[in-house]
Amino acid sequence: MSGLDLSTEVLVIGGGMAAAWAAIAAAQQGASVTLVDKGFVGTSGVTATAGPGHWWVPPDPKQRQATIEKRYPSSYGLAEKAWMERVIDVTWRTLPQLAPYYAFGKDGDGNTYYPGVRGPEYLRALRAYALDSGVRVLDHHPALELLLHQDGSVAGAAGYARLDRRAWTIRAGAVILATGGCAFRSGLIGSHTNTGDGHLMAAEAGAELSGMEFSSIYTLSPAWCSTRTLPYTASRFFDAAGEELDIPPALADRDHHRALAKAMLEGPVFADLSEAPPALRPILHRIQPATVAPFQRKGVRLFDERFEVKLFGEGTIRGTGGLRIVDEDCQTTVRGLFAAGDTATRELIVGASSGGGSPNSAWALTSGQIAGIAGARLAKADGVRAGERATPAGRAGLRPAGAIAPVDERAAIQTVRDEMLSYDKALWRRRETLQASLVRLDDAWNDVATHRQAEGLDQVAARETAALVASARWSTRAALDRNETRGLHARADAPDLSPDGGKRLLVGGLDEVWTRPEADKPQTAVEVAA
Amino acid sequence: MIAHIFEDLCNGCGSCVNACPTHVLDPSPAGGPPVIARLDQCQTCFMCELYCASDAIYVGPDQRGPEIVDPETVRASGALGQMRRDHIWNAPPGDQEPLAEYWRLGPLLMEGAQISARRYALKHPPIEPAAEPASPDKAPATASSR
Repeated sequence: MSGLDLSTEVLVIGGGMAAAWAAIAAAQQGASVTLVDKGFVGTSGVTATAGPGHWWVPPDPKQRQATIEKRYPSSYGLAEKAWMERVIDVTWRTLPQLAPYYAFGKDGDGNTYYPGVRGPEYLRALRAYALDSGVRVLDHHPALELLLHQDGSVAGAAGYARLDRRAWTIRAGAVILATGGCAFRSGLIGSHTNTGDGHLMAAEAGAELSGMEFSSIYTLSPAWCSTRTLPYTASRFFDAAGEELDIPPALADRDHHRALAKAMLEGPVFADLSEAPPALRPILHRIQPATVAPFQRKGVRLFDERFEVKLFGEGTIRGTGGLRIVDEDCQTTVRGLFAAGDTATRELIVGASSGGGSPNSAWALTSGQIAGIAGARLAKADGVRAGERATPAGRAGLRPAGAIAPVDERAAIQTVRDEMLSYDKALWRRRETLQASLVRLDDAWNDVATHRQAEGLDQVAARETAALVASARWSTRAALDRNETRGLHARADAPDLSPDGGKRLLVGGLDEVWTRPEADKPQTAVEVAA
Repeated sequence: MIAHIFEDLCNGCGSCVNACPTHVLDPSPAGGPPVIARLDQCQTCFMCELYCASDAIYVGPDQRGPEIVDPETVRASGALGQMRRDHIWNAPPGDQEPLAEYWRLGPLLMEGAQISARRYALKHPPIEPAAEPASPDKAPATASSR
């Protein structure tokens, strides 16, 4: 079958909330917008299977300032108050636009309840809003690589339509990456497609990343199935012998997870929900249907029987790292290439601590809106330049550096899982173990980058493998070079804040991974060249 | 993982093939039920059930590996269509019933967190005059669920 060739002013890559909000914003600016997603816009990604709460503060200057001042210390100096304020403001003004498509309910006081939305309904609504706004939505059209103009600016993307089994090429005046974060194939619900694809594509085009060391974070679920966490916050925990474990409460966050992880390294851990809020029992299935099903279908009485639990890694999803943002428009270091949602670093609003939950959702919405508007403006100003020559930037998995040979992709992914998700390696980071991880990850990278040349549908998995390994290397290298403990990044061999650590740590590179502290004022590559 | 597609219920519409975010399914060449072609990519997210208007799909509860189920036991269990019923997925636009209880997620999550915090405090009376005040970064992981 012959390939699909299109031209569009704004190309959005991704299918979650950030992608949808970006596409909607760009279309509302009058731009022609095409959205390509690896999966289906409505079910793709970690929002569709969850229930995002949005940072929600009324437009009262005192209240907003108080919120920001209270939150800022947990960023450990890496957030920017202006960005926090902007995200709160855009979210407040934008989310209610969804009312024609999403049946916002009432809160307990009879007021419309906006901030918390249920994933499948939210994404179904965003899909409908995007389509009504004129966005061309192409499901199951994973992007494989970016295209670049001769001046280094982004020219579009190329990929593979996996249901149609044909290649696609789309030229665009601006490209917005909203492919999500990377959960290192932990099994976290919704994250199977979150393999860092956008990180890899962008890095190949010359983009930089930031904050990738803030990637060690977990959520609790039954051992057999990752779910949302609503019912577990009151849990008591027991070992296999039935002895109660002394676990700091869920509110203690890292201490909670570390204590659970320590116990799990010694043997199975069981949760006991008998003390969960009584009001939860009759309505849990009405709030989170997909949390109830894995228990019912396994024949486990959720609130009345102990069940084994484990921690599912969230990687950079609930972590904060991602593509570096260099201006007010959510542009990366590559001209015309924007990043939104979990693909971008969320250090701008939460710094070194997790934005899991409401800040990250507000960021996804806001960065999508900002990137969509800016992308439309740039595409209108520069044009699509479809007549110019464009060069594909993809390497690992597509254009090997050496002799083509079979590569064990499963083994490469298992290496990523071992090095990134093992509780001891992730929650008690040490120089020696990080260095050993890097050796193994470098080997995996060299294998894929040197030898793998996938064809057809296999290209999708090959690129996922390459992106997982690349993301793991950036995270590990940044964790090695941030020789201190700050927020989510905990070094057992450097347990304190370093006085020199108050800058963001940039990371990038493919065959050679590098880091450097961020200078005070970022500049785009084009500005530097000029 | 997706365990069974009921041939007698499936109308071959292909919605699940399209809705599956991880490309587990291939359409049947003969227009019948789709083929589970890439089970290893199933993440047990239940989205195919939600998008199946015929309630013809059963996703097993275990994401760690393939599950063998007895179709007639599943049929008798009432699990078919459960996800759609719990979501009230087919409610008319604007109907607030499906999300009527949704606002309670945050308060109930926090109530649970406070139950465990009180229990822990009883076992561990503070030695210092006051523990570090709850910094904002300690709440988000539980204060709001994604």
